[in-house]
Amino acid sequence: MEIIKVGFVGNPNCGKTTLFNAYTGANLKVANWPGVTVEKVEGEAVYKGQKLKLTDLPGIYSLTSYSIEEKVSRRCIMENEVDVIVNVVDASALERNLYLTMQLLELGKPVILALNMMDIVEERGMEIDLHRLPELLGGIPVVPVSARKRTGLDVLLHAVVHHYEEKHRPEIVPYKEMIEEKILLLEQELVKKYQISDNARWYAIKLLEQDEEIASLYPVGLPEVLDRSYEKEIINQKYDYIEEVLEDTLFYKSEKAAFTDKVDGILTHAVWGMPIFFGVMAVVFFLTFFVGDALKGGFEVILDSISGGMLHLLGKMGVADWMVSLVVDGIIAGVGGILTFLPNIFILFLALAILEDSGYMARVAYVMDGLMGHLGLSGKAFLPMVLGFGCTVPAIMASRALEKEADRRRTILITPFMSCSARLPIYVLFADMFFGKYAMFAALSMYFLGMAVAVITALVIHRAETHRSHHTLLIELPEYKTPNARTIAVYVWEKVKGYLTKAGTTIFIASIIIWFLLNYGVHGMVDEVSDSFGAMLGRWMEPILAPAGLGMWQVGVALISGISAKEIVVTSFCVLFGINNINSATGMALLTGQLAEVGFGPLNAYCMMVFCLLYVPCAATIGTIKKETGSMAFTLKTIGFQLALAWLMAVLVFQVGSLL
Amino acid sequence: MTIMDGSINGTYVVTDISMEGNIMRRLESLGINSGTKLQMMNRKRNGTVIIKVRGTRWAIGRDIAGGILVKPAKEGMSDGNH
Repeated sequence: MEIIKVGFVGNPNCGKTTLFNAYTGANLKVANWPGVTVEKVEGEAVYKGQKLKLTDLPGIYSLTSYSIEEKVSRRCIMENEVDVIVNVVDASALERNLYLTMQLLELGKPVILALNMMDIVEERGMEIDLHRLPELLGGIPVVPVSARKRTGLDVLLHAVVHHYEEKHRPEIVPYKEMIEEKILLLEQELVKKYQISDNARWYAIKLLEQDEEIASLYPVGLPEVLDRSYEKEIINQKYDYIEEVLEDTLFYKSEKAAFTDKVDGILTHAVWGMPIFFGVMAVVFFLTFFVGDALKGGFEVILDSISGGMLHLLGKMGVADWMVSLVVDGIIAGVGGILTFLPNIFILFLALAILEDSGYMARVAYVMDGLMGHLGLSGKAFLPMVLGFGCTVPAIMASRALEKEADRRRTILITPFMSCSARLPIYVLFADMFFGKYAMFAALSMYFLGMAVAVITALVIHRAETHRSHHTLLIELPEYKTPNARTIAVYVWEKVKGYLTKAGTTIFIASIIIWFLLNYGVHGMVDEVSDSFGAMLGRWMEPILAPAGLGMWQVGVALISGISAKEIVVTSFCVLFGINNINSATGMALLTGQLAEVGFGPLNAYCMMVFCLLYVPCAATIGTIKKETGSMAFTLKTIGFQLALAWLMAVLVFQVGSLL
Repeated sequence: MTIMDGSINGTYVVTDISMEGNIMRRLESLGINSGTKLQMMNRKRNGTVIIKVRGTRWAIGRDIAGGILVKPAKEGMSDGNH
C-alpha cells in the first residue's frame, strides 16, 4: 500500500509539536533540510493498516519567503514531499492562526484543519461553530483535537486517510474586484506560458505580492497588471475575510485571557522582572548541582561494581594484560566517567524544557531587552545564550531567529562562553577535588565568569562599531500553560540520547585513542606513562601552558583531546591517572594525591576550569559555526579569539593568584 | 503619537507604519496594519513594549515600536475595523 505523506504546518506555539509527538512518541528521525540547518523531524504512524509518514515542518506565521523557515516549509509543501497538509491551529487564538490557513488554502494542496487547544476554548466559555467553519474554508475537513489531553487524535488520522486526495475550492478569500481582475489576467498568462493548471491562482497572487522566488521562477510580462506590489491589499483583505469568518463561527469570544495577563504583570514587571529571572536561573543551577550530585551516588556504585566485575572476569578468562588495561583503564574509565554525570545533565535539560514549554522563555527576551540593548543586541539574542547552558550547538542554531546577520555573528561569537553541560563535569570534578565545601561556589563562579566575558566581548564590539546597529525585537509571548509531560519527555530524551550516543561513539573512540597514546611510545608498550606518545605531545605544550599554571604534560594532553568534546578533558584525566571511578571519594582522593605530586593545587585547578570555560568548545560547535555563518574566515577568527582569550585569562588568574 | 507613547492598558488604532521594508512586511503579515486595533500591555523604560493584537501578545523593541503610529481608539470599536 502506498504511504501517505503528511506535513504538519502551523504557527509557532500552536501546539503543533505536541500533536506531532502524540502520534510519533519519541521515535523521531531528526535531520536537517538539505542545504540549510533547519531541523527536519520525521516520524511514522499507522491508522487501520494505512502507513503514514509524518513530517513536522518549522513553525511559521506566513508563507512568504522572508525567513529560512518559511522558504523551507513552502518548498517542502510545493514539491512532492507532502500529499496532504495538516494545518494545526490554536483554536484559542484563531484570528492570527487562520492567516496561515488562508495562505495554505490558496496553495491548492489538500488541507485538513486540526483545531488544537479545544480544551482551552471550552475552559474560557467560547464556542466554535464546527458546521459553519468548514463551509467558509472551502469545504476542508475540520477536526477539533487536544494534543495535550490526547483527544481527537484518531479522528484526525481518519480524516487524513479519507481526504488526502480531496481538493478543496481554490477561491476562498474574495479579493476586491480590481485585484480579482489582475489575478484572472495573470492566471491566463501563467497557463499559457508555463502550462500551470493546478494552482495558477496561488502563483498569480504571489506575483501580485512581488514574491521574489516566484517572480524569478515564472517571469511574466504584463507590466500594466504588475505595476506595483499589491501585498498590503492582499494581506488586509485576508484579515478582513478572517474577521468575517470569526463573526460567523466564534461565539462568546472572551476578551480577557486573565490568567496570562495576571502572571505577566509579575514576570514582566518593570522592576521585578529581572530579579525573578535571575532567581529562576539560580534555582535551575541549584537543582542541577545539588540534586544532580545526590543522584550521582547511585551511578558511582554501579560503575564501581562493573569495573571490579570486569577486572575479575577478564582475570579469570586469562586475557592479556594490555587487553585488561584497555577495557578497564581505557574504556570503562573513560566512558563510565562521563556517564556518571548523566543526572546533572538530565536535570539541567529538564529545567530548560519546562521553562521553554511553559511560555516563560519568550518573556526572558522582553525582560532582558533593556540590558541587551546596551550591548547592541536585542533581547532575542539572550535566548541562544540561555540555551547555551544546555548545549552550544543548538544554541548557535537558535541564533537564526535574529533578523540581522551582524547580530547573529555577534551572538554566535559570545554564545560559547555560556557554560554548556559538557563543561559541567569538568567544573564538578575539579571543584569537588580542590574546593571542598566551597565546591558549589567555585563551579558557579565559572558560569558567572563566562557570562561576564560574553557581556564584555559584546560590549567591546558594540563600542568599536561605527554605525550602531538597530536592535529589533519582535517576538510572540505565548499564553502560559502547564508544561506538557510528553513534550518535555521527548525533548529531554532527545538530549539524553545525544549525550549517551556521544559517550558511546566520540568518547568511546577518544578513550581508546588516549589510552593508546598513553600506553605506547616509540618502543612499543611502555611501563612508565612519561615515556608515551601522549607525554611527548604534552611536553611540547608545557612551556606554553606554564604561565597559566598548567605546565604539566598531562594537562596538555587533556586539553588537546578536549577539543573533540569537552567531557573528554575529564575522560583524559581518568585514563591518564588510571582511575576507574573518578567520582567516588576514593577515586577523587587518589587523583588529588597524584596531582599534588606534580604540583597541581587549587589555584592550578581553578586556572584549568577557566581555560576549559573559554577555549574552543568542541569540534561539533566549530562545525556548526562554519555551517551557520558560511564563513571559514569567521570560524577561524572565532577559534583564534577563544584560544587567545582562554590563555590570557588563565595566565591572569594564575599570576594574580600566585601573588596572593 | 507612536505606540511607545501609549499608556499601559490603553487601546489604540494603528494609523500608519513607517519602517524598513522587510520588518514592515513582517508586521503586516502578522496582521498589524493601518486600522488594526491594539492594546498596550506593558512597557519598559527603554521603550520596549508588549502589545496585544488580534488576540496575540507581542514584545516589540523600541526601533519597531517607534515606527508604529497610533491614535487612541474610540470606545466600543470592534477589532480591526477599517
